[in-house]
Amino acid sequence: MTTGSIRKVVAGIAAATLSMSVLAACGSSGSGKATLNWYINPDGQGTLNQLAKDCSTDSYTIKIQLLPASATDQRTQLARRLAAEDSSTDLMSLDPVFVPEFANAEWLAPFEGASADKVLDDDVLKGAGETVQWDNKVVAAPQWANTQVLWYRKSLAEAAGLDTNKPVTWDQVIEAASDNGGTVGVQANKYEAYVVWINALIQGAGGNILDPSTVEDGRDAKVTVDSKAGRDAAGVIEKLADSKAAQPDFSTSNEGTSLGSMFPEDGAGEFMTNWTFVYGNYKGLIGKPGGPKDETEFKDLGWVRYPETVSGEVSKPPIGGIDIGVGAFSKHPKDAQAAAICVTNREAQTALAVNEGLMPSRQSVYDSAELKKAYPSDLLALFSESVDTGGPRPKSAFYSQISSALQSRWHSPTSVNAKTPQKSADFLSAILQGKALL
Amino acid sequence: MTTYVQTAADDPEAKQPKPPDSDRSRAENRLARNLVAPALILMLLVTAFPMLRALYLSLFSYSLTSPDDRKFVGLSNYGTALSDPLFWRDTGNTVMIMIITVVVELVIGFAFAMVMHKVIFARGTVRTSILIPYGVITVVSGFAWQFAFSNTNGFVNSWLPGVSDDFNWFAEYPSSMMAIMASEIWKTTPFMSLLLLAGLAQVSEDMLEAAKVDGATWWQRLYKVILPNMRAAIMVAVLFRALDAYRIFDNIFVMTAGANGTESISFLTYRQVIEQFQLGIGSALSVLLFLSVLVVAFLIVKLFRVDLADARQES
Repeated sequence: MTTGSIRKVVAGIAAATLSMSVLAACGSSGSGKATLNWYINPDGQGTLNQLAKDCSTDSYTIKIQLLPASATDQRTQLARRLAAEDSSTDLMSLDPVFVPEFANAEWLAPFEGASADKVLDDDVLKGAGETVQWDNKVVAAPQWANTQVLWYRKSLAEAAGLDTNKPVTWDQVIEAASDNGGTVGVQANKYEAYVVWINALIQGAGGNILDPSTVEDGRDAKVTVDSKAGRDAAGVIEKLADSKAAQPDFSTSNEGTSLGSMFPEDGAGEFMTNWTFVYGNYKGLIGKPGGPKDETEFKDLGWVRYPETVSGEVSKPPIGGIDIGVGAFSKHPKDAQAAAICVTNREAQTALAVNEGLMPSRQSVYDSAELKKAYPSDLLALFSESVDTGGPRPKSAFYSQISSALQSRWHSPTSVNAKTPQKSADFLSAILQGKALL
Repeated sequence: MTTYVQTAADDPEAKQPKPPDSDRSRAENRLARNLVAPALILMLLVTAFPMLRALYLSLFSYSLTSPDDRKFVGLSNYGTALSDPLFWRDTGNTVMIMIITVVVELVIGFAFAMVMHKVIFARGTVRTSILIPYGVITVVSGFAWQFAFSNTNGFVNSWLPGVSDDFNWFAEYPSSMMAIMASEIWKTTPFMSLLLLAGLAQVSEDMLEAAKVDGATWWQRLYKVILPNMRAAIMVAVLFRALDAYRIFDNIFVMTAGANGTESISFLTYRQVIEQFQLGIGSALSVLLFLSVLVVAFLIVKLFRVDLADARQES
């Protein structure tokens, strides 16, 4: 070996050693303090960054990693990491429908013993609590809870003679809007929120997309869309599609498109089922385009529990929000669980609600003075009641397929009729059995 | 790229009779084998292993989110795919994209190749500018064309006569497909013209001179001399582009995400594996995609052989 080549070998070894130590440093800082990576979605970043700082301790630092904006991309990115047993995925913000998928794949470290009791104590609202349980285990911690209520113009309801002091039905809402120059805002584009609507309609009629006693059985779950409840749900969609109250972009409507019809320049306004962010949205738009003209018009905004599919049958408002999961392959599962408990505690939920409008999953936070200052108390009571008594979407390890299968047979909403439930049941069964492509 | 052309030029007719092996050439062969072996083993590991793994997985009903429910189902995934209308719709889309883009690229690419071949001034600049689109990453080209066709901030609507300014190209199937194919053609025509340029360079100037002296017109020289003499290059260009076009993914992913039925077979496979986590059926689809590519390659090779034989008889 010449001197030159020896020098090259030595330099190579030095470079390799150096790069290894640099790589090792990525995992934990020099002082032996662990770094916990928390994958968050873009909602409420400001407060989440603060929470990460506040919940870091002497033994670990929580580092925020941002996921893409779309729910599909968030799920795909996390799944790719976890399928490869990534040890650097410590904490993750999960949409409730991803929890069964991830838990069934054993990608989430379950909370056990005292930590499970802390995550799921009596303070947690029932609807939110249900989303973090899988196979009788607590697999995530509810951070914030979302739900839908019926938002409306009080003047429109009054003109229609609709009594909103008691539960209203979809039929009443559609008729009240169409007879009085108003519209009904929903989410009926071919995407997840349309399934949210379909699921709420079916559960509101006392049915389910999948039989709840077999829903956790994966491919063997019994499909129960083709039922009276399914046909009642299809009836509501058909009625709205055929009514004057349907908005022009009905078949491509989403959470944002119907917001503009509440306070139009001329017109009676609308009834709209939508998530909890609506209140803060209009409050921030007073006197601005798309919002109420002034404080008086803002006071015309009313809210009532999610409409009933069938008169007399209690409605099942949709549940959304974010649960915090701990990666099963994390190098620091105990620390990560402690961090998960910290970022979902009472103070964290209060900060998220007050700063970001993301509603709590704990009853005590709804009762807190901070929230009562930020929101009307009857609205807070309606939110917490809706989360407590809401209906989850099917808890299945195959949820994403179930959702896509429903979307493909129920979209466009203008083509929904009494045969739709049967068609979608056949297709959904074929998909679960692996007999059809999506 | 030059390597491709050399392979193509390696016509069976041109092969020399093999000289008897000497000790020295045997030793050289052995050395060559030993030198190639590590690369070959590595190639096998990184290409053959995933392919065999896909073949194996395609025999299972297997979802990533339900590993315990994995079960052997034999060829049933292939039955599901081949009997599903979605598979055939997407195959139809893919074949259509392949045929239209390759034909258009062949014509435009040939024109570009002629320009690059004949140009006498600023040769380097002309050749480079023709080749630039091929240097652009497909995803970037997809985004660029998506913006170009956009009805809010694009320029295509205002440039094209007879198209209203608020026409949404991505709202319907035919216009979405046109946008996707425009992007694909823009991006890969340079590749086609580069392969054809190599073919043009092979055509002997003496033959063209002779044809000219015999009074052949420009068209006659093109059809009787130039095209028959660059058939190998044309075959390679069409084959490579057709196989490439059959696997189209990036443009569709960026421009429509498969909306309005614009999905290709690659996109369908991607959705099954990456979005739905269905490794079994997804692997079956990727095996079918691989087989389709083989069939396309076989058909093109066969097709051109027939044509070449005809051409030979005519001349």
